[in-house]
This record gives sequence, C-alpha cells and structure tokens, in this order.
Amino acid sequence: MTATAPKQGKAPPKTPDIRLSVNGKPRTLSAASSKRPLLHALRDELGLTATKYGCGKGQCGACTVLADGQPVRACLMTVAEAAGKSITTLEGLGTPKAPHAVQAAFIAEQASQCGYCTSGMVMETAALLATTPEPSLEDAKQALSGHLCRCGSHRRILRAVMRASGRPQP
Amino acid sequence: MTTALSRRDLLKAAGALVVGFTLPVPVLANARSVAADQVDSFLAIAPDGSVTIYCGKVDLGQGLRIAIRQMAAEELGLGVERIALIEGDTDLTPDQGPTAGSTGVAKGGVQIRQAAATARQALIRLAAQRLEIAEGELDLMDGEVRPLSGDNRALGIGDLLGEGGFGLALDPAAPLRRPSTYKVVGQPLPRPDVPAKVTGRHVYVHDFTLPGMLHGRVIRPNAVGATLLSVDETGLKAIKGARMIRIRDFLAVLADSEWNAIRAAALLKPVWSEAATLSGHERVRDAMKAGPFVAEETLVAKGDVDKALAEAGDRVHRAEYYWPVQSHASLGPSCAVADVRSDSATIWTASQATHRFRPAFARLLGLPEDKVRLVYLDGSGCYGMNGHDDAAADAALLSKAVGKPVRVQWSREDELGWDPKGPPQLLALEGCRDENGLITGWRTEMWLPKATAGLPNVPLLAPQAAGLPQPPGLITGLIAQNGDPPYGVPAQEVKVHWLADAPLRPSNIRAPGKIANVFAVESFFDELCAGAQLDPLVARLQGLRDLRGLTVVTRAAARLGWKPRPSPNPEPGIGRGAAYVHYKRSETYVAIAMEAELDKESGRIRVRRVVCSHDCGLVINPDALRLQIEGAIIQTLSRTLLEEVTFDSHRVTATDWTSYPILGFADIPEIEVDLVDRPDQPPMGGGEAAATPVPAALANAVFDASGLRLRTVPFTPERVKAAIMESS
Ligand code: FES
Ligand code: FES
Repeated sequence: MTATAPKQGKAPPKTPDIRLSVNGKPRTLSAASSKRPLLHALRDELGLTATKYGCGKGQCGACTVLADGQPVRACLMTVAEAAGKSITTLEGLGTPKAPHAVQAAFIAEQASQCGYCTSGMVMETAALLATTPEPSLEDAKQALSGHLCRCGSHRRILRAVMRASGRPQP
Repeated sequence: MTTALSRRDLLKAAGALVVGFTLPVPVLANARSVAADQVDSFLAIAPDGSVTIYCGKVDLGQGLRIAIRQMAAEELGLGVERIALIEGDTDLTPDQGPTAGSTGVAKGGVQIRQAAATARQALIRLAAQRLEIAEGELDLMDGEVRPLSGDNRALGIGDLLGEGGFGLALDPAAPLRRPSTYKVVGQPLPRPDVPAKVTGRHVYVHDFTLPGMLHGRVIRPNAVGATLLSVDETGLKAIKGARMIRIRDFLAVLADSEWNAIRAAALLKPVWSEAATLSGHERVRDAMKAGPFVAEETLVAKGDVDKALAEAGDRVHRAEYYWPVQSHASLGPSCAVADVRSDSATIWTASQATHRFRPAFARLLGLPEDKVRLVYLDGSGCYGMNGHDDAAADAALLSKAVGKPVRVQWSREDELGWDPKGPPQLLALEGCRDENGLITGWRTEMWLPKATAGLPNVPLLAPQAAGLPQPPGLITGLIAQNGDPPYGVPAQEVKVHWLADAPLRPSNIRAPGKIANVFAVESFFDELCAGAQLDPLVARLQGLRDLRGLTVVTRAAARLGWKPRPSPNPEPGIGRGAAYVHYKRSETYVAIAMEAELDKESGRIRVRRVVCSHDCGLVINPDALRLQIEGAIIQTLSRTLLEEVTFDSHRVTATDWTSYPILGFADIPEIEVDLVDRPDQPPMGGGEAAATPVPAALANAVFDASGLRLRTVPFTPERVKAAIMESS
C-alpha cells in the first residue's frame, strides 16, 4: 500500500524501516519483527506509555489509539499494518496545560479512578465526536461498548462524553 | 528555583514520586524518621512554607491524594496546592498499615490530621514566644501565624520552624479545628492526579523504566500444583539476548523488550508433572459442606433460637445462599520493577501494602529489612489484593538472579488465572415469625475458609515455585461479619463452620465476606417478609433501632419513590428491592434501593435505577466519595450478575474477558448517590460499605418483579432460566 513497502518476491538484503507518523511527527520503526503489535512499539520503542496493555486480544479497549482518525486496538494492529498511517495517542491529543476538548471534559467530570482505562476511553470518545459531534447517550454507550472499566467510572465517562459534545448530561 | 529543582531531583533519584502538584520538596531523603508517633515522620515544612505530607497509605484511584491533603490543609490553614504528598514508600513514609478495609481516611487520614494539628499547636506556640502574644490570640492562616487581632505582625510557617523540624511526638490531645469552621474539608475539590491520567502523563508502575532494565515473563505451570520436570530452551536462540531463568519450578525468560519476552516465553518447551488437585468450580458448594473443618465458632448468641423455631410451628423458613469464587479482575494485569543489588534492593510496586510486604521481600532476597525498599507507583485499580505483589516477587527473584533491574508485567491470562481470589461462601439461614409477622428467631450458619492467625501476607507464587521458605496459610480478610440481622430479632445465632482450605489461593477482595453475608441476610429478611405479606422496607424501619440506620433507609426509600405493599409486585415485570447495612456493625451506614426488570423469556435482568443513601460520618471530599460509591455499586452489580471464576481439576478456565465477563456500558443503570454528611462524627470508609447491600437489593427487586428468589450468584441468564423452570 505504501511507497516504502517492499515489493513481493524481491526480499531486499536489509528490511527497510517502517515509516509512520505518530502524534504529527514522522517516526521510523524497525521492520525486523514487523508482526509485533503497534502497542509494544509505541510503549517500549517510542516511549509513549499513555496507551495501555489490558488484554492483548481486542477485548478491553485499553490500548485504543487513532489510526488515520479511526479508533483501532493497538494490541491487534501490527507495526506492518501501521506503516504509512498517521497514529494519534493520548499524549498527542493534548497536554495538561492545553487539553483537548475531550480531555478537558474528562477532567471536569473527574471521569477516572485508577485511570487505567482512561486512555482508551478518551481516544474512542475523540473518534466518536469527530464523526458524530452531537451523540445521544445511546450513541456514546454504543461507541464505548468495547471498553471495559473495572473501577466503575462508567457514568462519569458518559457524562464527560456528553459534556465534550455540549449535550445535556445524564 | 535551582534549590527547589535539585531537591526534586534528589527525591526522584531516591525513587520517590511526588504526585500531583509539583512543589519544591523539603526533604533530606536519607535522613528521615519514619516512626509513626513523630510529627516529622508525617510532615515537613520547607523554608518557603510549602508542606510535604508522608503517607503510609496509597491512592489506588479512590481519591486519597486529595482527601489526605484536605485533612492536613484544614488543620494547617493552607491551600491544598501548597501540599505535596509522598505515598507508600517504605523508606520515606511511616507504616500506617495496608490500604485496605476502607481505612485510608478513617485511620490514615485521621492520623495525619492529628500530626497536622500537633504541628499547628507547635507553630502557634513558637509564634507566641516570638511575638509575645498569647497562644489563644493567634491562628494559622494562609501559611502564616497571625494575630487574631488583625495586628499585621504575621510569621511565615517556613521561617518559624527553621531547618530542624518539630522534634515532637504526635499529641493525641492537640486540638482539632471545629467542623463548623471547615473551609477545605467537605469541599468537592478535584483530584490532583486526574489531569495527568487524562493526558497520559501519569506514571504507572507499568510505565516505569530503569537504565539497563530487562523484561521478564514467568511461565506458570499448566496445572495448579504441577512441578517442572524438564524444559527445552533451544527455541530461545531465535531471539537475541533472550535467556531462561529456572529456580526449581519457577520458570521465566528475560529479554530486552517486553515483546521479546512474550515471544521467548512462547518458545520455551516446559514439561510439567501431571497434577489434578482442584475440585472444579461446580463442586465447590458441596465440598464446602463436607469439610475438612478446623473449627466451629459461634459469633452471635442471643436468646433461645431453637425454642423460637419450635414454637413457630409452620412459620419457619429455611434457605441457602452461595457466593462463588471471584477475581479482582483488574483492568490492567499486574506489573512491578525490581532492582536487586548484592547488598540492597528497591522494588517499585503497586502494592496496597508496601510496609506489610517489606519483611517478605527481605526474606525472599536474603537481605536485611532495612536494605529493602518498596516504592509505591500506581497500578491498575486494585480492590483487595490482586497479582501486584506476586508480580513484584517475580521481578525481585529475576533481578536477583540476573543482577540487573527487571520489569515483569503479567499477561491477561496470568492475571485472571493466577491472581489470588475472593473465596467462596456458603450460608444457610433459618428464621421464624409469630402470627403478626414479627421475626422471633434467626440462625445464620456460614461455611467459610479460615484465615491463618498471625499470617502477615498472602503467600506469594514466586517463592512457592522456587522452593523458598515463606509462612504458609490463608488470607481472607474479616469475612464473617454482618451475618446477623440488624432488626432487633429477640433470639438469634450466627455460627461459622471454618474450613481448612479454599479452592484457589484466597485473598481480600473488596468488602471481604460482607457482600455475601449481607446478600444472604438481607435477602432472607425479605423472604420472611414475603411469607408474612409484609412490606420489607416498612418491616426494616420497624426493626431498626439506630437513628443513623433509620435515616439512610428512609432517605433511600423516599428517593426511589417506595410505595408500601408486600412483594411480589401484583403487576409483574418491574420490581423494586432494598437492602441495608451497618458496615461491620460499627462503621458506615448504607441503604440501597433499586428497580430491576426480569425478562423471563431470555432470563436477562436489567437494573434500571439504583439509589444509595450513605452515611460515613464526616465527608472529606463529596465528589471523590460519590465516585467511589458509584464504582462500588457498578462493580458489585457486575459481580452479582456475571462473575464466577470457573476452573477444572487442573487450572482456572476463566482467563480472559470472554470467559470472565464484567459489566459493560450497555448495562450501567441510573445511580443516585445521597450523602448524609455528619461533620460531628468521625470520618469512616467510603470504598467498601456501599458494595455490600447491592446483591440483596437486586435479588429482592427480582423477586418483586417476578416472584423468583435468586440465592446463587452470579444471576446469569442461564441460571435465571433454570430457576424459572424449577419454580414452575
Ligand atoms: S489491550 Fe488491546 S483491547 Fe485490550
Ligand atoms: S478507572 Fe480504573 S479501570 Fe476505569
């Protein structure tokens, strides 16, 4: 798909690096073990630890990042699949001084206890609001249905989604 | 600024983490007293008047970081933003006991409040001497001691104290500020760690790294109790730098990245012995009745229950309740980092009990206790004791073996398969009433695993596998409380048949034991009411003698819109139920009322609305408390509706979120939390009590909706359908 992908059948002597954009900056990742999940490359190679490992199976949502604006599970996406994509992690969304609107809403609603699920929740919400700026409560529940929270912060999270979209809060 | 920075760096280098508001931290990291009776152990004042609090208890997401600051700030007359907090570092903080049993504020906070009050008294005394003004005419405000007269000779607390600290013991008689004057306590202040968590800057133990650190993975046996016969490690050659560590049955790999450690673990070919030591989850209930037992105990004996039962004729009712083995099921798997040197060790851990575990790690590593330091870092939420302490032992053993820092993060399968579990509970109840429906006799019998007396901590997996000595036994928390009905029954008895063992390694899980006990007692109370055609809520109000208890029950009922009538509802489909607890009979009061629907076709229960009235005395931070209560309710609904650790004769079979499902967004009900603030009463726990009435309130609501009485958790659709079949 991308310009840098090797042509089939002609294995080059050295695997070229995988190029992608992370939080707006061009980054390269070694293609040596290109089936490794993007999650591990983000956390261990790029030092972006906001994205969390919860299950490694696409069951919990803790590892959610945006790939070309779409929410994806970084534990399931390989670095090869991430090649050429524009990846956004929680760190890239905003900072404590200048939080993204969704982050600001999560802070205002105090929508986090241990916070281990928070990164995935915020990323999914950001993706939802990008396509559905005024979601209903049902839309929000639907969008977050693949995300688990063991601390029981769900209602605060839903309030934060509604607050971020300027809708009445449950 | 330079001095401030270097102090902060010093602390960082010493491994402490200052969470939240960053401030210059006035500590000499190595020269701290941590004696739990000294003011200087709990707080330090910098020359600029900023304060650092040293707290032995930790914030697990429950809001302790703000609550502790509020309690100290109030006494010191300071804004919370002027207070830094260091938590759970065994070298820097006093041992305030584990962060368990909802004691964070009730014990930890109260102790720190007394330290702050002692400090205030001392600062005022110092200022009185300097200013030659009577102590009674001075107060601490905005970081200064000021004359109440308005005279502007104020003294900053940093200047007043100087370099030496207080050198004072905690004074239990140091006067506390009067609740009516509170400015900070009782305010819904935001938690200082939330912005960092929401923007990905918060450092969890999972995110912590050290130079030269290796990543480890432990390969657990394929069956509980299996031993390692042999292992073929040739596969590891495929991964540069990967190596195997084996200490008897403790088998692990080390690699330079977590991904390589995961791959390496999959390439090892261990051969384990045959072991089939488990009963299987379906047999637990029967096995509990069979024993073996180590003791019988009568916890409550009042009046003559046998006589009351005999006199009641056919107005006697009996029922059995069962609560299964459950997992903490933390969202992130356990993780720890250890740096073990030849003469000392530092372990970064999400433990709820760093101080408690220090001796265990000293023994594990063969080091003196004072050379072992445990530093708390946040983990994924912990609700008792999940696998964090085991992961810490894994990392420590591996770091010692390899002589480098090692990080161990468990897999999802490790976490659900091997975290210590909430033990199963079986209860049999008998009760009777007179012609008017009054309950005259009650007996609760419990079958419970017996915790080992004096055992300091849950035996850990790593030393067990490695054949290293550790005290054996069971840890459960106090699981036999709240087995008696709080409604003035004249003849009552609570008996425990203590079992020698538990089916899987047990540990404390949120509100240990009390959730199942209150489930049984509060459900059975409704059963007796239904038999007598009485409204169960009115009957509770008639039986309760305690004003605070009456208050929460009345308020919850009013909020739900309770209309007196017996259950079940003459219009089936939707039901309401209530339950009440006076936690441990000495702490928080909670009443929960809820509405639920039962779809008989599918067996699905839908909780529509939950109301919780909650009185834990003085409320420190109502916003954090509300969130704790909501969380406890949601988690307990999940445990009641869905959760059971399944296992066969070899191993746990519920090891991911499909086989161990938890409640998701689609099933979250409306929840209203009604706080009864009692500023004149001591603050009590907010993390546990609200969980305990949830299952009975739900079972009572299902009964009201359908006439179906559920006595076995979880209330899965399959089980509900089976119960419907059985009853028809
Ligand atoms: S870690 Fe990726 S979905 Fe759970
Ligand atoms: S806040 Fe702890 S898992 Fe969601």
